[in-house]
Amino acid sequence: MSGKVLIQVKDLQMHFSGGSIHALDGVSADIRQGEVVVVIGPSGSGKSTFLRCLNLLERPTGGSITFDGVDITDPKVNIDLHRQKMGMVFQHFNLFPHMTILENMTLAPIKLLKKSRREAETKALGLLKRVGLADRGGAYPSQLSGGQKQRIAIVRALCMEPEVMLFDEPTSALDPEMVGEVLEVMKDLAHEGMTMVVVTHEMGFAREVGSRVIFMDGGVIVEENPPEELFGSPRSERLQSFLAKVL
Amino acid sequence: MDWENLKRQFYINFIEEDRWRFLTSGLANTLQITLLAVLLGIVIGVVVAIVRSTYDKTIGETWGMGRFFLRLADLICRVYLTVIRGTPVVVQLMIMYYIIFASSRNGVAVATLAFGVNSGAYVAEIFRAGIMSIDQGQFEAGRSLGLNYVQTMRYVIVPQAFKNVLPSLANEFIVLLKETSVAGYVTVRDLTMGGNTIRSVTYSAFLPLIAVALIYLAMVMFFTWLVGKLERRLRNSER
Repeated sequence: MSGKVLIQVKDLQMHFSGGSIHALDGVSADIRQGEVVVVIGPSGSGKSTFLRCLNLLERPTGGSITFDGVDITDPKVNIDLHRQKMGMVFQHFNLFPHMTILENMTLAPIKLLKKSRREAETKALGLLKRVGLADRGGAYPSQLSGGQKQRIAIVRALCMEPEVMLFDEPTSALDPEMVGEVLEVMKDLAHEGMTMVVVTHEMGFAREVGSRVIFMDGGVIVEENPPEELFGSPRSERLQSFLAKVL
Repeated sequence: MDWENLKRQFYINFIEEDRWRFLTSGLANTLQITLLAVLLGIVIGVVVAIVRSTYDKTIGETWGMGRFFLRLADLICRVYLTVIRGTPVVVQLMIMYYIIFASSRNGVAVATLAFGVNSGAYVAEIFRAGIMSIDQGQFEAGRSLGLNYVQTMRYVIVPQAFKNVLPSLANEFIVLLKETSVAGYVTVRDLTMGGNTIRSVTYSAFLPLIAVALIYLAMVMFFTWLVGKLERRLRNSER
């Protein structure tokens, strides 16, 4: 891998209930610029917790996360500034229901990047066109299908021009016929060179788009390899049995 | 009471010496106190609700001075809620008028303040429930875009919470409208006092008090109808 390390995760720990439950138990990983890192694993393996720690939606109880050369787990760091450069897409879209699509997309650029309304809307409309929703800018989220909502959620994050995009099971809440349209947008994004960390159950996507696949179980990284190797010749027994169930 | 007598009573109680003016000027005071008190209550309630829900949401990850001030603010709010909701509004009203503002003879202003402070405690709980009912994902989405806590509350959470609790706020207005009928305890000439004044002059209780009751009832029915309309419109806008 060539690109510079964008996010460096060291010995990440996440303990709940006074230390008896270990959601993360010493996870280390480097995420390089332009990489698409796909995280897979059974439910409860800690993969979503890992992702949500990357932008501190969950605060890890130990270890460090270095983003752009800054340890963002340091309480003195202003995490809001760093989150502006880390887009996130959620399983349940989380669009703001009281705002139109355009308002959803331009809120953060106007308030945080101090863009003019027109500038922000021009950018938003360009992105809407790219995902085939140019005519929906004035609609409210409740008027859209799940697939459309998730595409909007992706471009809403892109409006902030992030350096990395985090995806937390972006297709898990979708009807099957809508999964394709969302994955298509994510593929395009990957081909443009966006750095992505994707937690997903879509093995096809992992195989096709991932530059690296991380298999997590029990709060640790069990195996980590390029997709052809990870899927083609899984080494650990846990990965073998997981793949046997999902493929 | 036969028909002729009723007509005579009506004349004595309302027409003679323009006694109906006791009712209209009383009604004006009642409406003024209620409207201003409900606005004051909303301001107090929103502030208290935001302090309380901020405490609930963030105390686990706040350190240093911020934690100290948040704890203090939450404590003050909880004491306020306990005291206001644990004592009768008439008693609060009289304490305001005869103790705290003993030097003021402006009963309407003191009553407005007393009912506003009282209503604030109930609005706070309505509003806090509204904030807590917004899906946590909304909060996370706002924060993940880089909005700070205050910006996320202001642009994402509060507008949605406000819309959700609008019907309850309107109900609070209706409740308050009736509660202000005790304003007479501090010499305020409100609607109830107006009816009672007529009674004490004419020595007939029936018509003045029934008239007062009918005016309250008409207003409550009107505002209830308005709230229903509002609720239907809000529901439609969600589609």
